[in-house]
Amino acid sequence: MANLKTANSLNSIERRKIFTYRFLRFIFLFKDYLLLILLACFFLFPMVFMFVSSIKNSETQIIGDMSSLLGFVPYGDLGIKNYIDVFDQMNFGRFMYNSVFITVCTVAGGLVINSMFAFALARLKFKGRQLLVGLIISLIIIPVESVVIPLLLMVNRFGWIDSYHVQIIPFVAEPFFIFLFYQFFIGLPKDLDEAAIVDGAGVFRIYSMIIVPLSRPVFASVAILQSIIRWGQFLWPLMVTRLETYRPLPVAIQQFFSQDPKMWGDIFSFASMMTIPLLVIFLLFQKWFVRSVASSGIKG
Amino acid sequence: MSDQTTQKGTVLKGRNTLQAHKKKEAVAAWLFSAPALTLLLVFLIVPFILAFYFSLTNQRLIPNPNLPTRIIGLTNYIRLLSDSTFHRAILNNFYFAGVVVPVQTSFALGLAMLVNKKLKFKNLFRTIYFSPVVTAMVVVAIVWGFLFNPTDRGFINRLLQSITFGNVQPLEWLHDPKLALPAIMILSIWQGVGFQMIIYLAGLQDIPNELYESARVDGANSWQQFFNVTIPQLRNTTIFVAISTTILAFKLFTQVWVLTQGGPMESTMTTMVLLYRQGFRQLRVGYASAIAVIFFLIVLAVSLIQKLIMKEERAVS
Repeated sequence: MANLKTANSLNSIERRKIFTYRFLRFIFLFKDYLLLILLACFFLFPMVFMFVSSIKNSETQIIGDMSSLLGFVPYGDLGIKNYIDVFDQMNFGRFMYNSVFITVCTVAGGLVINSMFAFALARLKFKGRQLLVGLIISLIIIPVESVVIPLLLMVNRFGWIDSYHVQIIPFVAEPFFIFLFYQFFIGLPKDLDEAAIVDGAGVFRIYSMIIVPLSRPVFASVAILQSIIRWGQFLWPLMVTRLETYRPLPVAIQQFFSQDPKMWGDIFSFASMMTIPLLVIFLLFQKWFVRSVASSGIKG
Repeated sequence: MSDQTTQKGTVLKGRNTLQAHKKKEAVAAWLFSAPALTLLLVFLIVPFILAFYFSLTNQRLIPNPNLPTRIIGLTNYIRLLSDSTFHRAILNNFYFAGVVVPVQTSFALGLAMLVNKKLKFKNLFRTIYFSPVVTAMVVVAIVWGFLFNPTDRGFINRLLQSITFGNVQPLEWLHDPKLALPAIMILSIWQGVGFQMIIYLAGLQDIPNELYESARVDGANSWQQFFNVTIPQLRNTTIFVAISTTILAFKLFTQVWVLTQGGPMESTMTTMVLLYRQGFRQLRVGYASAIAVIFFLIVLAVSLIQKLIMKEERAVS
């Protein structure tokens, strides 16, 4: 009995010690956490403001709340009225479909043809290989922005204005992604191919059965980077879509935003619906996002 | 004798299959390259060459029968030299780069060092800091545009007032020629810094721990470790981050077009806004192409500087 008591008190002293230690450690680390939280507020507040405002049914409340922290508090008349407005006032479903379709096609097509080209450059022997590698590396420097005007003239002559393919085909092949694939493929052991050749596998089988399955990380990286870029693309669709039929989300929201009087509740719900899909994908595949961004910095 | 012939035969046969394989491989290689190569040729190389060619002509987007397209030499470039809007655009791009590159780069490094510490929830904070990167720039511009409301009821104005205890009068932000570009700088940094944070984080994790250990043995404090180990080890990462941010600064378009379209009083005019206006709105493809060529030359110069500095580094090490 006595023994048990001492054990208990010892335990509590021990516990107190641990507690004080933890508390001191907490204080010591507190400045870091304070900084982390402040920065988190800085990076979160615009988006929180957008989401919260989008579910406030009253336009006057949104305007009134913007001058204080109430802008971040979901209270008052909440609901999905703004979201319904967006669907009523415009063809939101169409814009969403357009953006998804264009992004998916560009990313999928890009994964196939960029990796195939990179495979040829990295794993096959043929005349002109070195020259092509050099060409790809120098093409990385050319920004799309410097070719948009002649490209616009070209697609105008092709009669491609107002279509899906005008927003997809020119952006499928991308030198930087070819380079990322190339770098990855060249690092894979050569004996894999040789073993496959001995087994009588053709070139296409080597690509599809050996190289592609081993290269999931680089495929994920390219898919993610390309999706972020395509989803937000603005300048090019602004020039090549005149009708609503093929208009993607960024251009649609800009045109909605530039109409007066501005209905902020509707604008914010449009913006939220445009942001949520990519945000959800990002939260699901965070690790891959981080890896893909880090891989884009390797070169140089 | 017969033995020799069979040997020769097999060698020849081997050579033949080897040659056949080589030929097959070459054919396959070109088949694999063809789709991407064709697209790059048609949609990147050809328009790139055309940009140079058009810049020497008075080409229009929709041909004007009264104004036949012809080569006009360097006229477009000469006109650009005396175009005050173009001067303004280039200056604004340099101003933007001059502020955003150092601020964003050091901010990114600070964030990376913070989330690289052994802290709880660091992955959560990493995710939060990166989340603006996946938000489309159009959305970022619209939301910040609302926060930058020019009246005394605007959120940013209120925030400034409460921080300074009412010493700052409400600012006009996007309506003020002096503040419009800085406002766009703020939202651009907010959106882009997470990307560079991740690149720095990768760089930080590549620094061998022994370097810090030996610095500690030598009695270096954390500041000395930062300046003598971290900064030199991150040299190439910093060059990469700074250069890519500089190039992005020259591509500045979306946020400006959504918020100010170059105004007020051309205070947010950029090379890309001018290019869009001239090429698309005014249909002057020749003139816009000259702008594109100059834009490309700037990007090329910046990239070459990067190559040069990085090569030097390699030669030294």
